[in-house]
This record gives sequence, structure tokens and C-alpha cells, in this order.
Amino acid sequence: MEAVTWIVLVIDATLRVSTPLILAAFAGMFAERSGVVDIGLEGKMLGAAFAAAAAAFATGSAWLGLLAGMGASVGLAMIHAFACVTHRGDQVVSGMALNILVAGLGPVLSLAWFGQGGHTPIVADTARFRPIHFPFADRLSDVPFIGQIYSEIVSGHNLIVYIALGMVPLAAWFIYKTRFGLRLRAVGEAPEAVDTAGISVAGMRYRAMIVCGILCGVAGTSLSIAQNALFVRDMSAGMGYLALAALIFGKWRPVPTLFACFLFAFADAVQARLQGVDIPGVGIIPVQAIQALPYLLTVLLLAGFVGKAVPPKASGVPYVKER
Amino acid sequence: MKGFGGPTQAPTWVTHGLVPLINLGLALVIAGIIIALIGENPFEALRLLVLGAVGYPEAIGYTLYYTTNFVFTGLAVAIAFHCGLFNIGGEGQAYLGGLGAGLIGLYLGHWPAPVVIPLAIACAMAFGAFWAFIPGWLQAKRGSHIVITTIMFNFLAAALMTYLLVEIFIKPGQQAAESRTFEAGAWLPFVHDVFAAFGANIGRSSLNLSIVVAAVCLVLFWFFVWRTRWGYEIRAVGHNESAAVYGGIAPDRAIMLAMAISGGLAGLVGVNEIIGVHHRLLLEFTAGYGFVGIAVALMGRNHPAGILLAALLFGILYQGGSELAFDMPNVTRDMVVVLQGLVILFSGALEHMFRGRIERLFARRARAVAA
Repeated sequence: MEAVTWIVLVIDATLRVSTPLILAAFAGMFAERSGVVDIGLEGKMLGAAFAAAAAAFATGSAWLGLLAGMGASVGLAMIHAFACVTHRGDQVVSGMALNILVAGLGPVLSLAWFGQGGHTPIVADTARFRPIHFPFADRLSDVPFIGQIYSEIVSGHNLIVYIALGMVPLAAWFIYKTRFGLRLRAVGEAPEAVDTAGISVAGMRYRAMIVCGILCGVAGTSLSIAQNALFVRDMSAGMGYLALAALIFGKWRPVPTLFACFLFAFADAVQARLQGVDIPGVGIIPVQAIQALPYLLTVLLLAGFVGKAVPPKASGVPYVKER
Repeated sequence: MKGFGGPTQAPTWVTHGLVPLINLGLALVIAGIIIALIGENPFEALRLLVLGAVGYPEAIGYTLYYTTNFVFTGLAVAIAFHCGLFNIGGEGQAYLGGLGAGLIGLYLGHWPAPVVIPLAIACAMAFGAFWAFIPGWLQAKRGSHIVITTIMFNFLAAALMTYLLVEIFIKPGQQAAESRTFEAGAWLPFVHDVFAAFGANIGRSSLNLSIVVAAVCLVLFWFFVWRTRWGYEIRAVGHNESAAVYGGIAPDRAIMLAMAISGGLAGLVGVNEIIGVHHRLLLEFTAGYGFVGIAVALMGRNHPAGILLAALLFGILYQGGSELAFDMPNVTRDMVVVLQGLVILFSGALEHMFRGRIERLFARRARAVAA
């Protein structure tokens, strides 16, 4: 029974950790599939986390917090699009600029608005996305196995966890089965063909960046007012880059990306439980080794040592219309 | 990678002076607006910042100490830019450089300083170079994108250093993850001590002889990039890889060389911090200096003279920014980070917004004068 409880708890933690990761990775998927490289996922998440916490604290509404988070993130995404699509600026430089800008702006504003050094005040539970308990979850939790799975894994997460999981099939359908999705993929592979068909390359890329902004906004919101109750400086802690790694690891495709997110989140959940545990025959695995694993795997994958990751052909290349 | 546009007839002072200044001005104006929005006077903030950075001897020392770091990371980013590569891994390479310097400090610190210090500098460069060479090699030989790989290597460096400090180098009986202090042989002298030896008294600060290393690097950088075959090859690959191939240049060699040099330069931050200031290994001493290098290289247009000026500017901002918080509690060092982001945005990502227009304006005027 001990083992089942352990596994159930690890899966529970995996779902929680993977939520912002999935949202951010899919945000990146929309951006990169349209040909805009976005290393600014980190900054957009962080900006959204701040905006969501600030708005939720000020208005007492989690929904307004979510709206503010998405607004901030879309705003940042539009700056990125303005620099990279309109002015054909370097996409990596722009993403980096926004990451750094937000890393400074969050603490500056929380100090100015709330008088707190580097964080917002604590948001009341009523203004947060709280865990949702499904019917009978409490009563079934004692039932071995099925009851545990139902009460711990299926039930008891905050709304954004369910939103993220629901978003995945929707995004996959959007990218592969709709006209928008076809054009999105085309504009990332062969923008000149899209242009020839009379569709605006810039317009498509702006739209993709809006979707990217919305998803990153939800991801950031989940960090500050669902998983936590306030914004803290650097609270995204590299998760945007990890999402980027998951996106590459998933070869820019929905289902593999989802599993990459689960894998990275699972590694994190296991790592938290293995701290200092002596495994027979292996000894104590250093925490840092498990933390480094996603990054190492991504490097190996990119180098073609495990499979091959081929990015969208036109990603990172500003489109210049032929004259 | 960086679009230098087509050939323009705009005068040099416009391309390399006016346009960067306009971009910097825009970043300053927006930062000023943010300061005004949070209820402080931006002009007063600027006055306090400059005063805090150059107003008294100790402050100047600290400003130059920060400048030293930014010269290293700025040059590191710039050499990679010359080869068309974007090295975001300065942070991790600087971290590893510190490890290299620290290993020499820990194990050979009892040797005489004239032997230990060159060794530590060489070792810091070698470690940094190694950490950048791998992404360079992966880019050149395996086609993996340098930006992603160097980001990943930053996290790998952080994990590695945390492991080493928490598990191996930590001083026994101590809570903080820091090594023991090095013996005196591995202390790069402070500038105020050097001056004191000659009877001159200047303010005490973190400024150490690493600044001499930085000055040497600036000159060597210029010589290497514009006066040697390797520098030419790196620039040729950065400018047009297929043309370079036709010219008989092997791009993969140039890429690996540029990255190794880039990492070696970033590794020197470890010299300034570890054997120059802290005299022990500790966590997170790189404090974002690697990222400032991006702003410095972009502002300095990848030229040592520009990089020196940009590094000085950021030195002033860092030192002045930390002083500013004493008088304006609402404006902290984080405001400098905001400004740094804005500088990268305007002089990097949005450089085409004004550059083309301004250069065309002056080019037209130049033609009109000629005609």
C-alpha cells in the first residue's frame, strides 16, 4: 500500500508541476510553428504572474487576476512581435530583452505599489484558484487504489490544471485540423508560399503571438495565484526555458511535447521525494543530477544523439517580401 | 546574424555614435517615465545615480570593478556576434571560470602569487572556454542551435556548481555553501593596496588588478578581430558563411574558435570575482553579469572602444543604482535591470526602427553635398 500511496503522490505532484510547463510549451509551439522564435516565455510567465497577483490582490477576484495576467503577457508578446515581425529585429535578442526587463520590472512595481521588497502582498484565498474537490472525493479517499486515484489524482486540483489539460487536445486540433492551423504551420515552414496565396505573413505571426501571449498568461497566473498566493521575484525560476526545452524535446509537436512536459515534471516530483533517500545498490542520487537531467536530455536530443529535432524551417527568420 | 544592412554612405559618427545614443536615450526616457510613474523624480534619480557612481573615490572604485566584469562579458558576447553566433551562455561560462580560478586558489594557494595568479587566470579562461567550446562544437559538427544549447549549459553549470559547493568544497562545519578562504598566494591584489604600496591613498573598494587584464583584453580583442587571419575568418563566417566557404575558410573551425574565445573571456569574470574579491568559491557570484554582456556588446557595436564605453555606462548604472536605493527607497537596483532590458530592446531588437531611417537621411544629405 505504501508504494501505491507514493506513486499516487508523485503523479499528483507531476500534474501540479507540469501545468505551467504545458501551457508555456504550447505557447512556444504557436510562436515557433509560425516562425517566431520565442525565448521570452520566461519573461511573459513572470510578467503574468506579477500582473495576476497584483490584480487579484487589488480586486479580490481570481478571474480579474487571470485577465490581468493574460493582458500583461499578450502586451509583452506584442512588443516581441512589433520588434521581430514589424521591424525584423533579432528574435533571440528581443526575447532576452523582455526577459530581463520583466525580471526587473516585477520587483520595482511591487515595491512601488505595495511597499514590499520584491514580492506582492499575500492574495486572499477567495481571490485565488483553489483546489476543486469533486463529489465524493473525501469519502472515497479511503477506498484502496481507485479511491486514492480519484481523490488525489483526478480530483483536488485547481481550475488551471484542468484548463491546461483540456487545452492540449484543443490546441492539437487547432494546429492540425483548422484553416488557421494550416496557415500557421505554413507560415513557419514556407512564408513565401503563404504570401503568394495572398495571406499576410505578418498578420499570421501577430495572431500566433497573441495565442502565445494568452497561454503564457495562464501559465504565469497559475504560478502566482493558483500554486502560490503571491508574486515573488524570479518565481518562474527558469520554467520558461524548461518549457522551451520540452517544446524542442517534443519536436514542436503537441503530443510528444505534452509527454516531455510530463517527463520533466515527473523528474522534478521524484527529485523532491528522493532527496537524501538511500536507494539500495545506487546510493544517494544528488538532487542536482536529477535537476540537470531535462537540460542534458535536450542538449543530447538537439545534437542528434537521441533522435533528431528539426525546427520549423522559417523559425527565427524575419520575412522580407520580395519586391 | 546581426543585420548590418546594405552599404550606406552615412558618416561613421552617425552609424557608430548618433544611432546608439538615440537608442540609449530612448531606453533612458522610458526608464525615466517608469520612475515618474512610481512617484519619484527621474532627474533627481539621475543626479543621485551619477553622484553615487562617481561622486567619491570609493564609488569610482566600485564603478570600475563592475566595469571590469562588463568588459569581459561584453567582449565575450561580441566575439561570438562577429561569427554570427549568439552566446547567451556567458553566465554559465563565467561560473565555470570562477570554478577554474577557485580550484587553483584552493589547491595551489600556498605557492607564491606570481606563479599562482597567472595559473588561476589561465585556468579560469580554460574552464570558461571549455564550457563554451562544447556548444560551439555541437553547433559546428551536429547542427544544434547555439542559443538553445548555451541556455541549457547555463542551467547545467548552475546544477554542477551547486553540487560541487554543497557536497564537495563546502567548508566543514559551516551552513553556507562556500569553500574555505584561499591562502594569500591566490589573492589578486586590490588596486587600493597597490596604490598604498606606493604611498598613495585611494578609497577602498572591490576594484582589483583584474582591470589590467580587462584593458589587455580590449586591445588584444581589437588586434585579434581586425588584424589576424583567425579574426578575419571569424568575421567572414559571421558575415556570409557560404562566401567564406568559397574563400577557403572552414566555418566549423571558425565557429569553435569564436566560441572558445568567447567562453574564455566570460570565464575571466571568475578571476575578478573569485580571486579578486571573494577569495573563496561561492554560489551565484555571477549575479547576471553574463546577461549584461549582451546589452554591452549590442550598445558597443561589437567594437572594443564601444564596449569599453558601454561597460563603463553599466558600471555607473550598477554602482549608482545600488547607492540610489539609500536616498530613494522606491528605486532599487532592479530599476537598473529594467533599464538593461530596455537597452537590449532598443539597441538590439529594435535597432532597425530608427537606424535605417536616420542613416538614409544622412546618406541623402551626403549625396546632396557631393552633388
